[in-house]
Amino acid sequence: MTTRNRPLWIWALGLTAAATTLAQAVPRTAHQAAGQSAAQSAGQSTAKEEPKTAEDVIAAANRVCYYQGNDRSAQVVMEIVDAQGRTRTREMTILRRNTERAEGAAGELSDVECCASEQSFYVRFQHPADVDKTTFMVHKKPGADDDRWLYLPALDMVKRVSSADKRSSFVGSHFYYEDVSGRHLDADERTLVDTTENYWVVDSKPKNPTSVEFASYRMWIHRGSSVVTKMEYKDASGETYRTYEVLGVDEIQGRKTVVKAKMTDLRTKGSTTVTYKDVKYDIGLPEDLFTERYLRRAPREFVK
Amino acid sequence: MPMTIVTRTRLLSLAVAPALVSGLMREAAAQEPPLPPGLGGESKKQSEPSLPPGLGGTSRLGDEPGLPPGLEPSEPSLPPGLDGGSEDVIGVETVGQTGLLSFAADHGIKGFLEGRFGTRTQRDPHERTASIAEMRLRLEAERQAGSVFLRGATDLIVDPLFDSWAPDLESGQGFVDLREAYASFSPLPWLDVKAGRQVLTWGTGDLPFINDLFPKDWVSFFVGRDDEYLKAPSDAIRVGIFSDVANVDLVYTPRFDADRFIRGDRISYYNPLLGRPAGRDAPLQTDQPDEWIDDSEWSARIYRNVGGYELAAYGYLGYWKSPSGFDPLSGQARFPRLAAYGASARTQLAGGIASLEVGYYDSREDEGGDDPFVDNSQTRVLVGFERDLPEIAHSFSVGAQYYLEAMSNHDEYERTLPNGIPLRDEYRHVIILRASKLLLEQRMRASIFTYTSPSDRDTYIKPNVSYTIDDSWTLTVGANIFAGADDYTFIGQFGPNTNVFAALRLSF
Repeated sequence: MTTRNRPLWIWALGLTAAATTLAQAVPRTAHQAAGQSAAQSAGQSTAKEEPKTAEDVIAAANRVCYYQGNDRSAQVVMEIVDAQGRTRTREMTILRRNTERAEGAAGELSDVECCASEQSFYVRFQHPADVDKTTFMVHKKPGADDDRWLYLPALDMVKRVSSADKRSSFVGSHFYYEDVSGRHLDADERTLVDTTENYWVVDSKPKNPTSVEFASYRMWIHRGSSVVTKMEYKDASGETYRTYEVLGVDEIQGRKTVVKAKMTDLRTKGSTTVTYKDVKYDIGLPEDLFTERYLRRAPREFVK
Repeated sequence: MPMTIVTRTRLLSLAVAPALVSGLMREAAAQEPPLPPGLGGESKKQSEPSLPPGLGGTSRLGDEPGLPPGLEPSEPSLPPGLDGGSEDVIGVETVGQTGLLSFAADHGIKGFLEGRFGTRTQRDPHERTASIAEMRLRLEAERQAGSVFLRGATDLIVDPLFDSWAPDLESGQGFVDLREAYASFSPLPWLDVKAGRQVLTWGTGDLPFINDLFPKDWVSFFVGRDDEYLKAPSDAIRVGIFSDVANVDLVYTPRFDADRFIRGDRISYYNPLLGRPAGRDAPLQTDQPDEWIDDSEWSARIYRNVGGYELAAYGYLGYWKSPSGFDPLSGQARFPRLAAYGASARTQLAGGIASLEVGYYDSREDEGGDDPFVDNSQTRVLVGFERDLPEIAHSFSVGAQYYLEAMSNHDEYERTLPNGIPLRDEYRHVIILRASKLLLEQRMRASIFTYTSPSDRDTYIKPNVSYTIDDSWTLTVGANIFAGADDYTFIGQFGPNTNVFAALRLSF
């Protein structure tokens, strides 16, 4: 039984001293996670006063989506369904580490600062069989070109790969590379078009329209958590051709975490559903894990 | 509940009945949170998403959508498949759960079964028409034994073109080709050791290679086996030393591992002694260094990243990897001693990858360049640039490389060259272009590789199209096209071997 099964009210109660008797019934791991949650929420947008501008809203959302924790590991499954209903599956471990210690005692970054900081990603595929052990590594550099490497195990080859094509399909799915590692905040102009009971609704337009396939996109950002629950990409005629919807959110180590989401291409009728299993934050990924050494020799304590 | 999902996914992966599959799809769709009433898209409010599970909302207000059933704040439980994080929730089972494949999956054995067939497109008087005709079964297994990681990978091959079925693990001929059999461990935090049969690669080039003097399999490459077979395995010990100053790789190969070079049995070539193309009528006879320890090889690399530049220096002590000498007494081709030194740099530039690699091949048995029976020393340079071109198309990548091979002491070479042997240029220039495009939601990959030498006036073109039928099956078709003005140049000699091939692979 892992901590992420705990209902929300346990976290709430765990934070109050009055809940001593109940807390004794809560497994130790939940205590620890609740403690982390309390420590961390001090530095997080959700506990601060509500963001006012579209920029604040997007920065908070981007942080929740891509930067939570100092590091994170997840077992990721993508189910790709095409218009004919044929299914393909991609399974991979994704490790992510923030170069800047954005949380905890080492330093508190604002949402905007956090989203401008560097990250490293390590993606090791397990399925399908023909890409088993193939590994993709990214040193994400907001504002500059990311560094990307690909390790081909059969050839023992470490290839450096171009990062110019940010809006092409990630491993054949309906997610783009940019969806996986995050679009740079400065790339768009934004307007907060509505604030509802549950959502901030933000429209974004690219500053460089020739670099992307969309004319604009709209995001629904949950006010309580800054989780983006829906996105609609529109073409020049204003028609929605691509949508993103969150199908499941879980609270993991005190952090609201998307565990299931779907990207749909309305033109081709294809879609990809991504599921994040075994999400863990702050597992202590070392910085040197994101180097050639561990491309050639998988860090078996962290990957399947 | 997870069990049910696993069963379903298993059925999905088997794809036994399309009707059943589409039924399951509908069922899966029904499990998604229902959209709130009036979700049509006209008005902004109506297109607002309902709160997903885990983000329980508050009361309904005005025309704002209400929370779908089962998503009240008091019930943050997730939909099926997200309720326990059990390993098999998504049920990515190895496909083909029948018989042998099921046995393989149960025992952690991976690999593939492949049929690959090819034919020459013209008659070659020195070779058979079929260029490849093989069934290949790859079996891979690995184990973590304490702190030691063990891995083995072998191919079992049935090929009517075999001259001998008896396995020769060095040359890879026969019905067994052992690709990997090694142990790796880290005795110290800064030290990695990998010992045994392994595939080794380094450097910036993926063809040509300069400082990567690990064995290549040119026969596999030219008859159209999968790209991975361009690299032949080494029997070696690799030691990696890691530090903040620089990283060092040392590879010791106790017995010389030659390339799997063109010897005439599968690919015809120009035989300078005969002064004509030759093949099965006159396979190359070689005298290969094969003493343990005495005929060993050393390779080293020192590398580090400096501000986005990947810098490396290389050294090699061993032998020319393909025959580069001749013993006039025995009439056999030789592998003279070779030392090589080089360096490389690779960085990101203009959204692409720029690389530079240089190497000096010191032909140690012919330092003066005046021994006509041993190749002269050479300087090799490779400059490359590779980039995605989203400006033209998505998932479209192009690369260009310029390769220079400069012979040292060309005057001495020319002066001592025996009569009747074609003269090589002092400088061999090669332009390498490649392009690849992913199509049909990346089910199809089309690529082309061209290797053209204006100085030798020859070209090699390798088009390839592969189509992924599903997660298990891949169909590949391709060709190896050789053309040249002369029948004795590096590529030109292979002219009659131009071939097309097709392969069907089941991965498991």
